[in-house]
Order: sequence, then C-alpha cells, then structure tokens
Amino acid sequence: MSDQDVLSLTNIHKAFGGVVAIEDFSLNLKAGEVVALVGDNGAGKSTLIKIISGVYSPTSGDILLDGQKTDFRDASAARANGVEVVYQDLALADQQPVYMNMFLGRELTKGPLNLLDKARMRQETQELVDELDVRIPSASSTISDLSGGQRQGIAIARATHWASKLVLLDEPTAALGVAETARVEALIEQLKAKDLAILIISHSLDQVFRLSDRICVLRRGKQIGVRETKSTDKNEIVSMITGVA
Amino acid sequence: MSRVSSRLQGLDFQQAVVYFGFLAIFLFFAVTLYDDGFLTQRNLTNIVLQTAPATIMAVGLVFALSAGEIDLSFGSIVAVSALSCAVALQSFPLPVGVLVGLGVGVAIGAFNGVLVAYFKLPSFLVTLATMGLFAGIARSMTNLRSVPVMNDTFTGLFGSGKLFSIPSLVIWTVIGVAVGHLIYRHTRFGAHVLATGDNPRAAQVSGIKVARVRLYVLMICGGCAGLAGLLYAGRLQAAKYTLGESDLMTVIAAVIVGGTALNGGKGSVVGALLGSLLMGMLNNGLILMNLKVSDQMIVRGLIILIAVAVSLRDTSR
Ligand SMILES: Nc1ncnc2c1ncn2[C@@H]1O[C@H](COP(=O)(O)OP(=O)(O)OP(=O)(O)O)[C@@H](O)[C@H]1O
Ligand SMILES: [Mg+2]
Repeated sequence: MSDQDVLSLTNIHKAFGGVVAIEDFSLNLKAGEVVALVGDNGAGKSTLIKIISGVYSPTSGDILLDGQKTDFRDASAARANGVEVVYQDLALADQQPVYMNMFLGRELTKGPLNLLDKARMRQETQELVDELDVRIPSASSTISDLSGGQRQGIAIARATHWASKLVLLDEPTAALGVAETARVEALIEQLKAKDLAILIISHSLDQVFRLSDRICVLRRGKQIGVRETKSTDKNEIVSMITGVA
Repeated sequence: MSRVSSRLQGLDFQQAVVYFGFLAIFLFFAVTLYDDGFLTQRNLTNIVLQTAPATIMAVGLVFALSAGEIDLSFGSIVAVSALSCAVALQSFPLPVGVLVGLGVGVAIGAFNGVLVAYFKLPSFLVTLATMGLFAGIARSMTNLRSVPVMNDTFTGLFGSGKLFSIPSLVIWTVIGVAVGHLIYRHTRFGAHVLATGDNPRAAQVSGIKVARVRLYVLMICGGCAGLAGLLYAGRLQAAKYTLGESDLMTVIAAVIVGGTALNGGKGSVVGALLGSLLMGMLNNGLILMNLKVSDQMIVRGLIILIAVAVSLRDTSR
C-alpha cells in the first residue's frame, strides 16, 4: 500500500441558502484507517457525508479521492468510484428481498435477453452474509420481515461488497441493541482489516473510542479539531463537542 | 429445497386472495347460473374475449402502480387511440393504422410521464386532468360520430380472427401478459420499477434513474391503452369516443385484487390477469342473472369493495 491518502478534503464549505452547514472543513483519510466524526445534533455530520458521497456538492473546497480531484454529480458516480455509504435512514427497499437490495441498481443479468440472474444474486448474497455472519433467515427474505439489526447488517454488507476505497457510515448502530451493536462493530473491524478507509458518525463515545484511530469534532458546522484516539480522552472530546471547558 | 420454500413464501396472502376469489365466484356462478348457460364453452370464451382490452390495460397499470404512480387517463387514451387508428385506416394501409393507434397511446403516456417525472407533478392530478382533456378530444375528433373499420385484415388481427383456431383476442391477452410478466419480474427495468415505488430515495442513491422510470411506466400505460383501443376497434369493427369510458373502475379493481399495492413496490402481472378475468366473470354473471343495469352497478360496486378490502387487508396486524 502506498501512503497516499484515500480521501482528502480541503476547505470544504457548504451553505443551504443562507444557512451555513459546513465551514472550512479539512481532513485526510488513509487506507485501513477509521476516523470518527462526532458532534451534537445539527452539527453538520450527515451533511459532510452527503458532500463526500455526491448527494450534495460543496459550495467551495476540494475533494480528492486517491489523489484525484473529484466532482461527483450524484451518489451513483461516487459508488462507481468505490465509495459506499450506509445512510442514517437506511436506504433499503423494504418490500424487496435481501438479494435485490444487495444488488440494487447493479443487478446481475444473463443470456441474450439480459434477464435478471436471480439465482446468482441470491447465491452471492448468501455467501456474503455468511462470510460476515449477518444472521438472516435467507437471502430471499423480504427486508420488512427483518429486525433493525439485521437490516443494518444488510446495509453494511452491501457497502462491504461494493466498496473498493472508502466506506461512510452515518450512525450505523443508533437504533440497535447491545448484541446487534457488537455485531455491527465487528463488521466495521472487518472493513478496516480489508484496508478500506472508514469515516463513521456516532453519538456513542464508547463506540468511538473502541473503533476509531482518530476523532474529528464538529460544532455548528465548524471543525473544532482532530485528535489521535490513543492520546485523548472522553473529557477532552466532550468539551470539544459542547464548547464548555 | 430453499427455492421451493422461497416460492411458497412469495405466495403470500394478498396474492392468494385472487386465486380463491376467482375460484369462489366461478363456482358460485357455475352452480347458480348453470341453467342460464354460464358454463358453456361459448360463454366462457366470451368472457375471455370481452376482458381482453381490460387485461391489457391492467398489465400497464401494474407497472404504474408498482412505481408509485397511477394512471387515471387510460380510458380516454383508449378512445383517442382507437379513433385515430380508425381514421388512419380509412386512407392508409394496416401498418400505418396500427402504428398511429399505438403511437398516439405512447405519446399521450409520454405527455403524462414528462409532467410527472420532470415537472414533478403528482400523477394522480396529472392523469385526472388528462383523463378529462383526452375524453374531450375524443368527443371532438369526429363530432361524437363513430368511425367504422372496414379493413378485414385489421378486424381479423385485432378482433374476430383466429390462429390455429385460437381467437386472436386470446392470443393478444397471452402475449400481453407474458411479455408484461417477463419485463416486470425478470429484467433490470422491472426491478427498478419496484425499487422506485418502494423507496425512491434508496433507488436514487443506488444509481437508478427514478425520473426515467416514472416516465417509462406512464408510457407503458399509454401504449397498453393504445393496444386496448385497437382490440376494441377490431372486435366492434368501429371506434367511438365511448370506448374505454367505463373501464377505469374495473381495471383498477382487477389490478388491486390481483395483488398489486396501491402505493408501490409490489405487484403481479399474472395476478392482474386473474383479477381482470374475475371482473369479467362478475359482469357476465350479473348480466345472466337478468339484473337491471342499475342493480348490476350496485352489486358490482359492492363486490369490488369487498374484494379490494379483503385483498388490501394487512395480515401482519
Ligand atoms: N437539505 C438541507 N437544506 C437546508 N438545511 C439543511 C439541509 N440539510 C441539512 N441542513 C441543515 O444543516 C445543519 C446540519 O445538519 P446535519 O443533518 O448535517 O446534522 P447532523 O450533524 O447529522 O445531526 P444529527 O446528529 O442530528 O444527525 C442543520 O442545521 C440542518 O438544519
Ligand atoms: Mg445526521
């Protein structure tokens, strides 16, 4: 692996009309590195992830992926470049089976008529969920029949399957119980072991300290600072988040 | 093994309703109307022939509803397409007439679709308006007069003809349902239709062009209505502004009873066929019962209400 940054953000600004959501944000991410993005509600964390994934374009500033300047027109352009997102409000189609969600927008086809290759999608999905130990009844289960933890597992498995560079996770365990959270954290460790760069938003500082290599703090759109997880503690991070020393 | 069990899971309550309802109504009429000739081959064939246009419209509507849209204008499209085709056939050969009929349907569908997909207007309102608009156009096109269709090849192909002693209307029904089912269940486009109706945002961030999907489903509805117009014109050997006028309720009911969700993400083309045949059977039975037209309407309305209520019942509650 080269030492080049997978993702490099410089002086990112984003305003919605008159509302400034992100102000002068800069951050670099390396392969195999987990950076946690923390901050209070409305600090601009989700907005930042949507900027990186092409849902919004920044008002100004540069985004470099593997050293290449990028300007994704939409989320699918980012996906095509190896950037996958697990959204805060899960982007799953509830009435479709697991395997169709796994291949949403990238369905496999076969034959001269380009008909859907459901058997292969089902099989590859099964292999993937088995490998990641996401416990679901079957790859043909309908999403709406699954628990919150299982759904989150599917969303992360999908990101794992398709990401080649960067995975962005927006509060992946917000709605989960203790056991499911542990499972999702194990999944994230597996992503890290695959040498992907990971940016994770979380309101749980315990989780942030368990998973991350560095912590980046946002407050009302401003970047307050970045700390090595090893050389900081919860008190410092809390006071950076709240602005109370 | 897992294949079979997943198939069985797929056959859920909503899909099963149409099969049982179909059987129940069939048996009911078979017994009560036996002496009136319900079970004769001629009567049963007639039911299939009479439902052919509605079945084709139902196939189109499955796509629109599955994508989270609706088309209320298909009845008016039927009339405009049939009249355009009949007028064209008076001075041009058969292929031109067919192309005009289908083309007008697809074009009106595209008109609906552009307003919905790119001007972001709700399809309910757009097609409610175009339903009136094109009903008016159908009336003014020939000043309320009906236009005879003299082209024998056309009336054979789309009406009374047979191939290997199978009536052409049956063949059109089979082709329409088979092609519709194939596209709906076995192509990427079908998957994108379902995803768009299920969760448009998820579809969008997954790279599905949801606006284009919305445009295409309304064009499919228009095209199907165009074909239905040709079938009406072929069978009746004439086109009139009243064609398709009374099909709105029947077709929507057929599609809903057939297991297609009103709010998108779920549906069945084969179910729509059964739903349509069920509606046809109902019409036929009520006529054989010698009910007054007003009573027929009341009974049909009530039965559709029950059928829709049963098929929409949420089994998870
Ligand atoms: N599309 C939008 N239009 C206008 N303002 C927006 C839009 N999206 C976000 N904002 C504003 O930007 C700010 C940051 O929102 P964002 O969703 O990024 O917060 P967050 O840090 O993810 O919060 P939470 O922890 O609650 O998820 C908020 O003030 C929000 O109101
Ligand atoms: Mg957020």
